[in-house]
Amino acid sequence: MATTTLSPRARAVRSSVAMKALMAVTGLIMIGFLLMHMYGNLKVFLGAEAFDHYAHWLKGDILYPLIPSGWFIWIFRAFMLAAIVLHAASAVHLWRKANAARGSSYVTTNRLQQSYAARTMRWGGVILVGFLVFHLLQFTAQVIKTGWNSGAGPYEMFVVSFQQWWLVLAYALWMVAVCMHIRHGFWSAAATLGANTSLASRRVWNGLAYCVAVLLYVGFMIAPLAVLFGVVK
Amino acid sequence: MNITLRVWRQAHGAPKGGMQTYQMQDVSPDMSFLEMLDLLNEKLTVEGIEPVAFDHDCREGICGMCGVVIDGSAHGRGASPVPTTTCQLHMRSFADGATIDVEPWRAGGFPVIKDLVVDRTAFDRIIQAGGFISVNTGSAPDANAAPVSKVDSDRAFDAATCIGCGACVAACPNGSAMLFTSAKITHLAMLPQGQPERWSRVKGMVAQHDAEGFGNCTNIGECAAVCPKEIPLDMISELNRELMHALFKKDAK
Repeated sequence: MATTTLSPRARAVRSSVAMKALMAVTGLIMIGFLLMHMYGNLKVFLGAEAFDHYAHWLKGDILYPLIPSGWFIWIFRAFMLAAIVLHAASAVHLWRKANAARGSSYVTTNRLQQSYAARTMRWGGVILVGFLVFHLLQFTAQVIKTGWNSGAGPYEMFVVSFQQWWLVLAYALWMVAVCMHIRHGFWSAAATLGANTSLASRRVWNGLAYCVAVLLYVGFMIAPLAVLFGVVK
Repeated sequence: MNITLRVWRQAHGAPKGGMQTYQMQDVSPDMSFLEMLDLLNEKLTVEGIEPVAFDHDCREGICGMCGVVIDGSAHGRGASPVPTTTCQLHMRSFADGATIDVEPWRAGGFPVIKDLVVDRTAFDRIIQAGGFISVNTGSAPDANAAPVSKVDSDRAFDAATCIGCGACVAACPNGSAMLFTSAKITHLAMLPQGQPERWSRVKGMVAQHDAEGFGNCTNIGECAAVCPKEIPLDMISELNRELMHALFKKDAK
């Protein structure tokens, strides 16, 4: 039994419950971002001009003249990076504590409840970060050029990339991992923040989690598929 | 019935143990699982082998003393979808000729004492950290002197059915005792008698839960699936709500 001189409140602030709340809030922020990102991607169906104009606006004068032109994107990036770092840091902290608390493993295990999505949250999260780095190097930093030349606009990058079947396949698999993470994560965030109030609400939150995951999968994959099959050129 | 038992044997104080295989003949299907273990121990005693140590007391499913992991499920359930305590599990739930694995609760917060017996005093210390109410002693108060709504009393009673057996910890992939702690928090938070210490209670009990080395909840639901008293998973959400609320209260600063 650990002894401590901290007050109960100080220990409660440092408890796994409080850290889980941080993880839930940062996770929900990222789901919000993904919904917005998905909406932006769908503008590819409106043509090159609309898509490039939207992409330009994101890096341009949002909230200008309240803040200088071009600052919003950097403030937003810092905010998202903070959310990711806090989410990952709390995950690592809780993962290590859970491993220690698990004790020795059973000879026989009979899983009654857990879904594949729930069981793969931790290693799945690590894989997500790996692909996110590739994604940012590809479309944001434009270090990894998948078929386009320097100076290509956002629309051109999008279309040229997803005319290659293996990139569409890679993103389709990545999105499976993302949406599985969200399938358990959305429900888990709701439960962690105290929104699971009954057996019925448990079903509702799990249903909503499936809806968000499926919406994101369809919304994100429809544009690359449209490019691959020549609907968008 | 003829049964092949594979039982975890671990000497007192030994850091590790292992599975031992025992053949059981003429097991009655009407025996409870613990009576079958009694039969095994009689057989072992006659053969001059140290009997298997296991916890048990009321054998009526109400005390929370018994509990082993049977074929990977805390308390075991055979083919039944209904969770139960080990003492209320009967051999008719198993097929003749079956091989049954019997293991102790495994969790960092529940060190093995011997064979199938684990040390669950961590639960007592979580209760000591706030799972009580302060009332005057003396004669019992008049019935209905403190009105409680039907909804709240039902919720409190559902939570109070927790017998503290520890199956939730045994089933949790994170070794978390959140279902146990949340049942105690919910039980007292719903009742007028629990209000004076409501906010300090949740802070103290959660702090003690973590200090005992129990893990964190990932809302997977294995705990509620094995709970013999069917404490629902939403009680953990209730605890989360109570704790976040309590962090903005002055009690137990």
